Amino acid sequence: MTVVLNQSFTGISIGAVLLLIALGLTLTFGQMGVINMAHGEFIMAGAYTTYVLQKSISSAGVSLLVALPLAFLVAGAMGALLEWLLIRRLYTRPLDTLLVTWGVSLMLQQLARDVFGAPNVQTAAPDILTGNISAGSVTFANNRLFILGLALLCVLGLTLILRFTPLGRRIRAVVQNRDLAEVSGIATGQVDRITFFIGSGLAGVAGVALTLVGPIGPTMGTNYIVDAFLVVVVGGIGQLKGAVITAFALGVLQSVLEYSTTVSVAKVVVLVAIVAFLQWRPQGLYTLRTRSLA
Amino acid sequence: MSGLSISRRGLLAGISAAGATAALSACGAKTGSDTSSGSAAKADTSGSTVKVGLLNSLSGTMAISEVTVHNSLLLAIKEINASGGVLGKKLKPISQDGASDWPTFAEKAEALITDDKVAATFGCWTSASRKAVKPVFERYKSLLFYPVQYEGLEESPYIFYIGATTNQQIVPALDYLKKQGLTKLYLVGSDYVFPRTANKIIKAYAKAKGLTVVGEDYAPLGSTEFSTIVNKVKGAGADAVFNTLNGDSNVAFFKEYKSAGLTAKSLPVLSVSIAEEEVKSIGTQYLDGQLTAWNYYETTPGAANKKFVAAYQAAYGKDKPTSDPMEAAYISVYLWKAMVEKAGSFDVAKVKAASDGIVFDAPEGTVTVDGATQHVYKTARIGKVGSDGLIEEVWNSGKPIKPDPYLKGYSWASGLS
Repeated sequence: MTVVLNQSFTGISIGAVLLLIALGLTLTFGQMGVINMAHGEFIMAGAYTTYVLQKSISSAGVSLLVALPLAFLVAGAMGALLEWLLIRRLYTRPLDTLLVTWGVSLMLQQLARDVFGAPNVQTAAPDILTGNISAGSVTFANNRLFILGLALLCVLGLTLILRFTPLGRRIRAVVQNRDLAEVSGIATGQVDRITFFIGSGLAGVAGVALTLVGPIGPTMGTNYIVDAFLVVVVGGIGQLKGAVITAFALGVLQSVLEYSTTVSVAKVVVLVAIVAFLQWRPQGLYTLRTRSLA
Repeated sequence: MSGLSISRRGLLAGISAAGATAALSACGAKTGSDTSSGSAAKADTSGSTVKVGLLNSLSGTMAISEVTVHNSLLLAIKEINASGGVLGKKLKPISQDGASDWPTFAEKAEALITDDKVAATFGCWTSASRKAVKPVFERYKSLLFYPVQYEGLEESPYIFYIGATTNQQIVPALDYLKKQGLTKLYLVGSDYVFPRTANKIIKAYAKAKGLTVVGEDYAPLGSTEFSTIVNKVKGAGADAVFNTLNGDSNVAFFKEYKSAGLTAKSLPVLSVSIAEEEVKSIGTQYLDGQLTAWNYYETTPGAANKKFVAAYQAAYGKDKPTSDPMEAAYISVYLWKAMVEKAGSFDVAKVKAASDGIVFDAPEGTVTVDGATQHVYKTARIGKVGSDGLIEEVWNSGKPIKPDPYLKGYSWASGLS
């Protein structure tokens, strides 16, 4: 029973990490249809923001809290710049976008290597996040609880923005029918940039969270980018709900399989399951009913 | 609106195309041209300088480790040149970037041998890169000096193995654990040749010497999700964890280990791929008190090491640590120099013949070259990570251990290889 509970928590915490890294992508890839291979490097930018901040603010707790909004702005600005410089010229050519952003991702990695050095850097986690809470024989790692909370908070925030704000209405309008939105007086270019800003900013937030569990290095983004795309594709393009369910489902599946087999086997089985699922439901878990999105 | 539409098939095709490009470039790097195969490449030693090749990953995922090895090689070459060179000739280092890509290593090795006509090559880190260049050096009958501890079971006539083989690192580490009464081991490693081979040896040892392996887990290289593995470790009732993870995975593993409430006191981890540089990048607070197995630490006593550490930090920065593979790289150039001088020639066959019994006062202590295996006698050292990020030795083998890459001298290992 202990094992089951411990593993369930593990699965949920893996799911929270997946959700956090995929959340930004549900906007840029899911809503806008831009395949941004440099998304992982925005995660890296968020992580390095934490690192730089911690060098100037010695308190690990304060620097982590400041890092969250700051990383959002840094990564968001990088995303908006990328959109303005390159991606908006390539909206009609998705495969070119893929190659261009892949190139950008390699350049950003090299840039990080030149600025921060090739070796990984480290940040100190606040003491409160390095411990754990035990309930009976079940242990909940505090950093995992923090990430879970952060992921849910981000989902909540994003949902509120998309549902209830004028900006959210405009974003949804552009996604559902760009031409109609444009003739209704929505500045679609501007909406694109803001959407891209938010999506990339969320990657930055994910980067801050990942400093608590993983390495911070120039290539850290590549560790996560494939998983992020998987979550969005399986969840269904353009659907927040789908991404949330998929992230947690994949997390639990992964942890159950890892426990009963090995990590490598679990990865293979999860991929096979995803391929099989997409054969059955190529549109993903949830779809937005429009005429153009696949 | 059609502009935004994108089909899933198109996306997957695009992503797999990107993957295929990488794979293709891998296939494209065929080693060896037909015309020159079989013939020994003649090193060019006619001028007043002699070229030596440095083959390290200066970019890509392995750059983190290999750049430091490259630095120590350059340091050794600089020192040798300052004291008059080798046989009166100055050394001219030719650096090639292996780019963390194994076929590229083979390609660059060939360029060093046939275009630059180097007298010897120093470098490679991963076993995969060494396996990729091995046929190249054997075909051209040129020498490679390999500076990293590895999984053993190899004796190429054209490679000198300056890092530890298994009986100089893993076997002494097991002896140490056994002596400490830590008899129930959990094996955690990255999923590739070194950890799998190492664990095969550990299991054979355990069976013969009454240790128990209570669990064994592998994570793909680069994996950063260790919550399940740590859960399994925690529930397995082990006395110690034997860690053969490599690279970034260590960071995620030790962060998870700490947040699960495990410490060096409650369940010690002995690692064979974590040196001073890695301690720095993982974070000392996650490694405090954990064990490592190497042949050299920055803190190893002796005048030779004091001199090496001072020279390295003067050249590359006060805060730069020195580590075992860096030290092995550093001494590899000196060992080659000693062989050449004993042979009185740069000729590969003569250098090989002269190698047996070369003694060098290295930072790690006195090392002796074993001509038969082309390995080096090394002292095994177990260290404990301190809160200052340095590793303090807690045990050593007392004297240099004779290299035994095929573990022929160990009866329990007869079933291996």
